[in-house]
Amino acid sequence: MDLAYSPKYEAFREEVRAFLTKYKSQAPKGLGAAGRPSPEACSWQQLLIQHGYAARTIPKDYGGYGAKPDILESRIIAEEFSAARVPSALQNQGISMLVPTLLELGTEEQKKKWVKPTLRGEVVWCQGYSEPGSGSDLASLQTRATVDGDDFVINGQKIWTSTAHEADMIFCLVRTEPDKPKHEGISYLIFSMKTPGIEVRPLTTMTGHAEFNEVFFTDVRVPKTQIVGQRGQGWFVANATLKHERGMLGDPVAMETRFQALVDLMHEETVDGQRAIDNPIFRDRLVRLQAELAAMKFNGLRLLTSASKGEDPGLARLIVKLQSCELTHQISALAIDVMGELGVLYDDSPYLRSHGSWQWGYMFQLGLIIGGGTAQIQKNIISERGLGMPREPKLAK
Amino acid sequence: MEFALSEEQCLLQDSVRRFLEQNSPLDKVRLAAGNTHTVQRSLWAGASELGIPGMLIPEDFGGMGLGFLDAAIVYEMFGRYVAPLPFLGTAVMAPLALMLAGSEAQQEKWLPKIAAGEIIAGVAVTESIGVREDAGVKAGKGTLTGKVLFVIDWAEADLYIVADSDHGLHLVLPGAKGLSRRALDTIDKTRSVGELVFDQVSAEPLPRSSADAVARVIDAGRVMLAADTLGAGQMMIEKSVAYAGERKQFGRVIGSFQAVKHLCAEMAAALEPSRSLVWYAAHALDEVPGDARLMACHAKSHLSEVGRFVARTATEVHGGMGFTDLLGLHYWFKRIGFDRQLLGGPELVRLEAAHLQGWAA
Repeated sequence: MDLAYSPKYEAFREEVRAFLTKYKSQAPKGLGAAGRPSPEACSWQQLLIQHGYAARTIPKDYGGYGAKPDILESRIIAEEFSAARVPSALQNQGISMLVPTLLELGTEEQKKKWVKPTLRGEVVWCQGYSEPGSGSDLASLQTRATVDGDDFVINGQKIWTSTAHEADMIFCLVRTEPDKPKHEGISYLIFSMKTPGIEVRPLTTMTGHAEFNEVFFTDVRVPKTQIVGQRGQGWFVANATLKHERGMLGDPVAMETRFQALVDLMHEETVDGQRAIDNPIFRDRLVRLQAELAAMKFNGLRLLTSASKGEDPGLARLIVKLQSCELTHQISALAIDVMGELGVLYDDSPYLRSHGSWQWGYMFQLGLIIGGGTAQIQKNIISERGLGMPREPKLAK
Repeated sequence: MEFALSEEQCLLQDSVRRFLEQNSPLDKVRLAAGNTHTVQRSLWAGASELGIPGMLIPEDFGGMGLGFLDAAIVYEMFGRYVAPLPFLGTAVMAPLALMLAGSEAQQEKWLPKIAAGEIIAGVAVTESIGVREDAGVKAGKGTLTGKVLFVIDWAEADLYIVADSDHGLHLVLPGAKGLSRRALDTIDKTRSVGELVFDQVSAEPLPRSSADAVARVIDAGRVMLAADTLGAGQMMIEKSVAYAGERKQFGRVIGSFQAVKHLCAEMAAALEPSRSLVWYAAHALDEVPGDARLMACHAKSHLSEVGRFVARTATEVHGGMGFTDLLGLHYWFKRIGFDRQLLGGPELVRLEAAHLQGWAA
């Protein structure tokens, strides 16, 4: 156990700090988690790529910085940007999911064409995976692509497509071989959202906002060359990206920020003139969450060490999505309870605290528990892959 | 940056695992549980050959000079095998009290004996956390009067370390005049606790005693109890997975039902991050003093909650058999229950954690 970074890494940390001191003033206020980045955000992203603080390990030929992967360096960058409260590299589904997939399985032409503008925030992507009838059982998806001459012709519907209304492009799973077993009949296509026959409808959620969309395809023609990987191999191509998405969802730094905001809230909010922090029951819940947060934080350090050694941490990794989403939700739940009646205010109501972000979060984070592999699917994964328990027997056909 | 056990620590843990697997299987634990207040001498002698009683004691005094993380991963194994041994008081809290507060003469006299496994040292600090039943001792001139409950490693102790109500620590010999002793039988038959009643009992003060020294002894004890629960909980999960893989109902192993699988997943999801918390809390006792007390509180309270969940859930996965004495699963259930209350239950400990951060008046 040695929690200090070696001199080599401390020197790297100093470099990052020097960069931040010098360029902090050019940083935009925020980048947003998804959607189309502002022009300021795009130039900031380019500056970050140029200095190796974004797209760090993507080869130079494809518009990245071209550094060797080093998880500790990445961690230091994240720590320092967070400490300086400066927006770090752009994060969206194109960058976190499509780019790694193309680099792993795309053709040279696809890589050359798409990776660089995606990294720079100039091309925005959305993900066409889930369908109304195919959520947890994603491989049962029914959106059909039939061959007509040099094109695929796509008909069907996708759902949970965040940023579809702003996206330039979509990476999409479609069924090309309906007669094959479900995992072997899927192809992974990339195409423009401006292609005729695509209709995007906003999907309003319980938060009252449309964080997602539905996308409808009617005779959408896509050249056969716009496939990633082989025909019928789309499931395996997609799994390369799902792996990246699950990694993305556990973020201890973000959770600590929310926790600190909760601590602040509990020092500010009063009932009967007593601060929430002085209420023994609220306080007990707060400390209980703090201990859980500490456990997840140190679990994260353990994962970091495993990754730096190229070891598979097993269970310690498999539990991250389930536990992090639940903990984040519990932090919001306590904030709501601390506010009491004020905690059900919403929209632009008088007395609303923090623009209603706790209320929105409490609802939206329930979506995170369900999305990206539901809690129940996570428990299947933990018990089957982590504990080696038997799979559900297949029903006789 | 390395957040992991070292190779030496893995070897140490493996050697303790093998030792307990061979020498303290469940049938031996059952026998020992019939004699809670008798020290398992041959088992303790075996542990002494591995250096366990002296693991925290400096080499100058015949110990191994290891750290709290080493002690925690050893006690994790004790929890795993519900080992009926006097580790917590004798090998951790008493030596630490002597090292922090004892005079050189006291250290020279007692530490080598502890390190050699020759003596058992009981520790009485419960009243520093919370007073029940009007317990508490007052120190006079070289004497103690009052009573203390839940003395750790009470049975057959050759000396007791006793905290008075003003953060003074004292050495008391079991044969001292005016000292009466009563065993306290708990649900956990693998560890001995008892009561000491003092009527003008002659006691030798540890001259460098302080509130901080008492608190550090308690911090270390708490981290060890968390580690014990970690090991016991891990074993309960493994037993659940194994049982669910064998037991058949409705023509299938019950482990193929999601209702059962998900219980196992929930246990693992709760316990696995706790492991890192225990590691860090133990590491902090040695290396990060500014974090040590808060993390000891977090480890103790969090493992208490996770432990309770795992103990009851694992019992449920075992169905009716889990409830019987036949499988012996209850030894782990009770061990975890004991760990939760000793040295402060989670609500008391979280209140302390709040105080430490200025969150409570």
